[in-house]
Amino acid sequence: MEEYSDKVKDHYMNPRNTGIIENASGEGTVGNPVCGDIMTIYIDVDENEVLTDVKFSTFGCGAAIATSSMITEMAVGMTVDEAYNITRNDVAEELDGLPPIKMHCSNLAADALQAAIDNYRYRKENGEI
Amino acid sequence: MSEKLIYMDNSATSPVDPEVLEEMLPYFNKEFGNASTLYTLGVEAKKAVDKARKQVADLINADPNEITFTSGGSESDNMIIKGVALKEIQKATEENPKNHIITTTIEHPAVLETCKFLEKFGFEVTYLPVDESGIINLEDLKNAIKDSTILITIMHSNNEIGSIQPTKEIGEIARANNILFHSDAVQSAGKIPVDVIEQNIDLLSISAHKINGPKGVGAVYIKKGVTLEVLIHGGGQEKGLRSGTENVPGIVGLGKAAELANIHLEERMKHNQEIRDALMEKVTSNIKDSYVNGSMENRLPNNIHFRFSGIEGESLILRLDKKGINGATGSACSTHDLKGSHVLAAIGIKPALSHGSLRLSIGPENNIEDVDYIVESIDEVVTYLRKLSPLWDNKNDKYIGDLFEKEVDEEDLDRY
Ligand SMILES: Cc1ncc(COP(=O)(O)O)c(C=O)c1O
Repeated sequence: MEEYSDKVKDHYMNPRNTGIIENASGEGTVGNPVCGDIMTIYIDVDENEVLTDVKFSTFGCGAAIATSSMITEMAVGMTVDEAYNITRNDVAEELDGLPPIKMHCSNLAADALQAAIDNYRYRKENGEI
Repeated sequence: MSEKLIYMDNSATSPVDPEVLEEMLPYFNKEFGNASTLYTLGVEAKKAVDKARKQVADLINADPNEITFTSGGSESDNMIIKGVALKEIQKATEENPKNHIITTTIEHPAVLETCKFLEKFGFEVTYLPVDESGIINLEDLKNAIKDSTILITIMHSNNEIGSIQPTKEIGEIARANNILFHSDAVQSAGKIPVDVIEQNIDLLSISAHKINGPKGVGAVYIKKGVTLEVLIHGGGQEKGLRSGTENVPGIVGLGKAAELANIHLEERMKHNQEIRDALMEKVTSNIKDSYVNGSMENRLPNNIHFRFSGIEGESLILRLDKKGINGATGSACSTHDLKGSHVLAAIGIKPALSHGSLRLSIGPENNIEDVDYIVESIDEVVTYLRKLSPLWDNKNDKYIGDLFEKEVDEEDLDRY
């Protein structure tokens, strides 16, 4: 199998920001068990629209865990709009690359974060938070 | 890497036994002759090849003349299936197309892909299902037989879940219907008794690197009187069945490995089974929601196949590697096509659960003393990964993956 970068290895062996945020401002789940990757990202957003806390829970391969962990580090401190613009490529680059076969299937963290932000915006619009 | 290394992936490949290596070494540079030449060096090489032929024949109760050396299990399967298909199709008539092959859904890709290839050329293939323990139903086999059936190719034992097919009975059915029977015994030879006479086998594939021999060498057994079309043409080595200058060191290695496997068969079966049973018992009783895939009765003594709900296999393998334990998984992430194990699908395991599988395959060098360490390590890793997993409810400590078993939408699949 193709080797993971040291940074990917570090993130899947020592994932950061794991777990659930109770009463999060938003949460999003993407993926499919058939393909072997499911991730949920939880965000807390303050009154200035800044992400103060991001956590994840992931079922998936080394790359899926590493990208989830990576994006939580990238997103904290960003505004919601900035975080929404993080792409899959940004995450892969920050990890010093992913094996090509993992670029598509296991690189879902950006989608999960966007889903969490969509959920946050929806709830805000509907006066839930 | 941790200092300890517990290699438990012997069904993928196995280390060359030092005795085998020693036997091979002279044939690289001292006894390097071409077995087809007439001077002493060549004659010595020929003798070495013939000795190996006898050693391999003895392992499966065949006659040395019935053994042909190949480059491994994949070539053996290809050579036999295509060779029989091309031979038989020539006997096609208006009434009988002589183009039907019966196999199973759980064969190794070397068989499955060969069958799919033949389908492109007008052959018809029946893929028999298996039950949840990975065994075919003999009635299904009987029902699948037609006038046009030319070959039944059913593996001796499965490389993923270790299920052992009722080879003897399959052979009886084949004989009764005058159909050739090929068995891929790559995982069985040297692991359990393989006897081509007793088990009614006409054609058989084996590979050296699964039995502590070198990679890239294998053999086929072709029962006396059975003829196949030749695939590799050239200088006519191996009685014209498989041209190419013989891989003498490799063949010598296969021969020695077969001899050792034969001598130690009973004792190694016992050794493997002790470790297998201890691991299966301790893992399933210590780790919640852990299961054994495949048959409990008809199972290779060296095969263990676990399933842990809520976790994915690649991350399990990577973390076990850090603890010095090497195993395999059927998770999609570990396969070249990302589709996941066709064998686990065939025994009815849902996708999310098949991802959380772990195969441990035991070899002579494994120790029963390591069982507790292995169980502890698996327990620790599974517990850790479940903490991370959205498919595991950590508050109530239970699997909730069924909530996620939704239809796959096209968009999702498009990404792959
Ligand atoms: C059942 C079975 N058949 C065939 C093969 C192919 O053997 P080889 O690797 O020698 O080509 C393997 C090995 O993976 C196997 O397990």
